[in-house]
Amino acid sequence: MTELAVSHLSKTFVTHDRGRRVPLRAVDDVSFVLRSGHTVALVGESGSGKSTIARMLARLVRPTSGEIRLDGVPVPGGYRAVRRYRGTVQMIFQDPFASLNPTHTVGYHLRRPLRLHDVAEDRPAAQEAMYGLLARVNLSPAELMAGKYPHELSGGQRQRVAIARALAPRPRVLLADEPVSMLDVSIRLEILNLIERLKREDDLAVLYVTHDLATARYFATEAMVMYRGQVVESGSSDDVILRPAHPYTQLLASAAPDPTARRATTAPRDLAAAGSGPNGGAGNRSGRPAPDGGCLFRNRCPHAMEVCRQPVPVFAVDATHTARCWLYRDADQARAHAADAPA
Amino acid sequence: MSSGGGGAAPVLSVRDIAVDYAGPRTVHAVRGVSFDLGRSEVLGIAGESGCGKSTLAYAIARLLRPPARMTAGSVVFHDTDGTAIDVTALSGEALRTFRWRRVAMVFQGAMNALNPVLSVRAQLGDVLRAHLPDLTRREREDRCRELLDLVGIEARWMSGYPHELSGGMRQRVMIAMAMALRPDVVILDEPTTALDVVVQREILEEIDRLRSVFGFAVIFITHDLSLLLEISDRLIIMYGGLIVEQGRATEIQAGAHHPYTLGMLGSIPTLRGDRRVLHGIPGTPPDLADPPSGCPFTPRCRYAFGACGAAVPPLLDVGTLTACAQYDPALRPDGPDDALGSASASVPAGSAADSPVEPAS
Repeated sequence: MTELAVSHLSKTFVTHDRGRRVPLRAVDDVSFVLRSGHTVALVGESGSGKSTIARMLARLVRPTSGEIRLDGVPVPGGYRAVRRYRGTVQMIFQDPFASLNPTHTVGYHLRRPLRLHDVAEDRPAAQEAMYGLLARVNLSPAELMAGKYPHELSGGQRQRVAIARALAPRPRVLLADEPVSMLDVSIRLEILNLIERLKREDDLAVLYVTHDLATARYFATEAMVMYRGQVVESGSSDDVILRPAHPYTQLLASAAPDPTARRATTAPRDLAAAGSGPNGGAGNRSGRPAPDGGCLFRNRCPHAMEVCRQPVPVFAVDATHTARCWLYRDADQARAHAADAPA
Repeated sequence: MSSGGGGAAPVLSVRDIAVDYAGPRTVHAVRGVSFDLGRSEVLGIAGESGCGKSTLAYAIARLLRPPARMTAGSVVFHDTDGTAIDVTALSGEALRTFRWRRVAMVFQGAMNALNPVLSVRAQLGDVLRAHLPDLTRREREDRCRELLDLVGIEARWMSGYPHELSGGMRQRVMIAMAMALRPDVVILDEPTTALDVVVQREILEEIDRLRSVFGFAVIFITHDLSLLLEISDRLIIMYGGLIVEQGRATEIQAGAHHPYTLGMLGSIPTLRGDRRVLHGIPGTPPDLADPPSGCPFTPRCRYAFGACGAAVPPLLDVGTLTACAQYDPALRPDGPDDALGSASASVPAGSAADSPVEPAS
């Protein structure tokens, strides 16, 4: 049983605007736990900070503050310790066209991590382990595939190589950063099913970073929704996606293509119908990003209220479902009271 | 339902278009595609990368450049007054006035389709100057303002440059540009692929609103089948440079026939539907420099049989127009494979007839 726990993780990048230093809060106080055998989906639009979180977990980006603990132990610094950590926590990148070295064969890509992480003691052992990895990701015939270069492979095959490479050090945690968004539609499910199968076989803890609510619900037990660096909602993936609590998640869910809702535009759905608040409809595009301090979504939110200028704590929607939204203050307090009251 | 012209008089008739990319290995990107586009209809063209859908769009708008070459086929534009214009025969000034005034296009990758060193005003103005040279500067300025207003962009952005606009705004500018001459047909080539879902939804609503105002027909090209099922009237599914299935979106949703379409529908998880086992389609799309003989889907098709590799199957009317030998009574007098028949009968989008899934755990 492996547990990768993240607490109060934040990352601030410094950007420059006409010579001035402008801090950009890419990830703001995020906490969660990845456990063996479970997939957690991190959902958000581009720029929401979801990839930065995955990169911090892979120790490719140094957190500004907060802590990452692997099985209760803080991750130490230093070259050797980081390498040991990376043997346990591996990442699959979004773009298999960029994540493989065009000058090396598939075999080289797999033998190298096997040797570096001491999985295979010598060349023959590495060779054998490499064939094993290729078989596990259904790249056959293994002898033929091992000699190929990335440009000879299709996108789906490349992503399989990338997955095999991630499995080489025998990790216990897999970070999948948009693993299928660059692939053709007919290939995507095969790759996601492969990750799901490997998760079961190896009892991996998986973080699935995606912008696609439908696959998040399909492959993950838990889902977290990010907006501008904050986790605005989290809970079981069914709760979050079928019964979204936060107005931003509601907006995301209503915007996703839905073949069962034909011609949403001729019969406007809640997008426009919700337009009773001060901002008109949900997803008000002209709303400038809300300044820090209060709810970051308040300028686009159909339910925005005065209290939204105050920093928003995380409220419980129900026992396993939380939202960073003032709308749930009362529900949260009612629950707290109910818990206090004698049964 | 001949080529399924959507009922009303077509505005565009496309017949037997074939496009090759010349090179050491000539790529046959489009291999004989025919369809009609009805007036103010939304026609979706779905397919994976390399299936020829964008090449087809470029061929229709006569925008192909070497090494691409249209080797066969014709495109006829039907004006409201009944005159027919053979687009394939146009050249020079006639072609220039046809393009954009009749058929406008919104290109793939809004991020890169605008010129980064010209202001929005200059780029919109350029279209107007080229096609409506009689406008005064003041009139042009007014038209630009009007066009931006049409797509919900404030006039102050006229002096802005593309890098100052968000992806969604750039795509709106592209749409405004396509609207500039009130075309009869707008071709949208993956207009929302690079955009986030919320922005995508706004753009789709914008396009639909404009369509209801101006009544232009839309050819909407994307790999996102679930999106097309939602927004289009009629749908064309392309594979390996060919149309493999064609029909009303509602028909395809209720009962697609081609194994490829069924595979695509079965590989889309729905947002709200039940969780069930979903499968992608094994294998990879064909190499169009050396396409397999017969049906291009044969190597990946689980219903393939002897006749599939023999000849490219014609589109047969089996409820939808389907190019699959399984439905050809001459080849299969007893009808299609039972498994295929029942898969086709019971597939609302993304609910293939597979065993129920255990919830992810």
